[in-house]
Amino acid sequence: MHIAHWLNVFCVWLDQTALSQAIQAAGWIVPTVQTIHILSIALVIVSALMVDLRLLGIIAVDQPLERVSARFLPFVWWPLLALLATGAIMIIGEPARSLQNPVFQLKMTLLAGALIVTAIVQFLTRRPSSREGAGRPRVGTYAVVVLSLLLWTGIVFAGRWIAYWA
Amino acid sequence: MGYDALLQWLEATSVATTIRENELLFPWIESIHVLAITLVVGSISIVDLRLLGVTSRDRPVGRIADEVLPYTWGAFAVAATTGALLFSSNAMTYGHNFFFLGKMMLIALAGINMAVFHLFVGRDVERWGGAGHVPSAAKAAGAVSLSIWIVLVGFGRWIGFTLH
Repeated sequence: MHIAHWLNVFCVWLDQTALSQAIQAAGWIVPTVQTIHILSIALVIVSALMVDLRLLGIIAVDQPLERVSARFLPFVWWPLLALLATGAIMIIGEPARSLQNPVFQLKMTLLAGALIVTAIVQFLTRRPSSREGAGRPRVGTYAVVVLSLLLWTGIVFAGRWIAYWA
Repeated sequence: MGYDALLQWLEATSVATTIRENELLFPWIESIHVLAITLVVGSISIVDLRLLGVTSRDRPVGRIADEVLPYTWGAFAVAATTGALLFSSNAMTYGHNFFFLGKMMLIALAGINMAVFHLFVGRDVERWGGAGHVPSAAKAAGAVSLSIWIVLVGFGRWIGFTLH
């Protein structure tokens, strides 16, 4: 059978569960969860931006690269748990509107990309060579930074567009 | 001109009409608005969490504020501009929405908190050393700021659920 068929079966089943019905019935749950979701992505995107700006030698050049990444990368990784939890609640509340939504699927693809790029940034900023000061960033560094910023921006945009793609 | 007349005038401007009648403009502007707000709130929270002694304790408050706040202001300008455009498209409805009005009040409060911090509490910020002591008034300003922005994001989200 086609994967879209089973996704639909799953969404219909999930939609009828007691948990999903409870989320749909209590009007305050979705906006509360969305608020926590936005606050968490705020921490993630700004922390990624700070490390990216340091990689380009724009901010905190008086601090070693690995110090800056140790300062901010935990704020990229840990809020992801809150994003996952609040995202799961939104999915359970509206399975079809999320899982079967092409914009949601795009968002998850962009997220996978952003996680890979963040792992690369973590690796780049922990190499001993990164101890040098504010040298001219290499082409590869520029590419990673631009990719990181594009992916996180795309994730926020896609997040908002899920609501409009129905 | 009364408040409602002003809202009606705003709603009738060509910019407002264009946004209202175009299916794609509103979500695009809204996406930029949300992105800008995440940048404002995220960057301010870096300073607030430092004031509270939660993060970046090895770096002086003044340094962190200098490296972060220009991005906060830039993002705030974008958020305010896009917010004004979204508001204009449906001014009468937003202009009488509890959560929209509350959001504007919270922005004013955040501004007052920031002004008080800069004028009084933060005047000798350069002397708060790396691992040094942050005055409790400054910690309070950080806690107030963080609380305001958290509630403000909540109010922003609730606007979308209370328009009808």
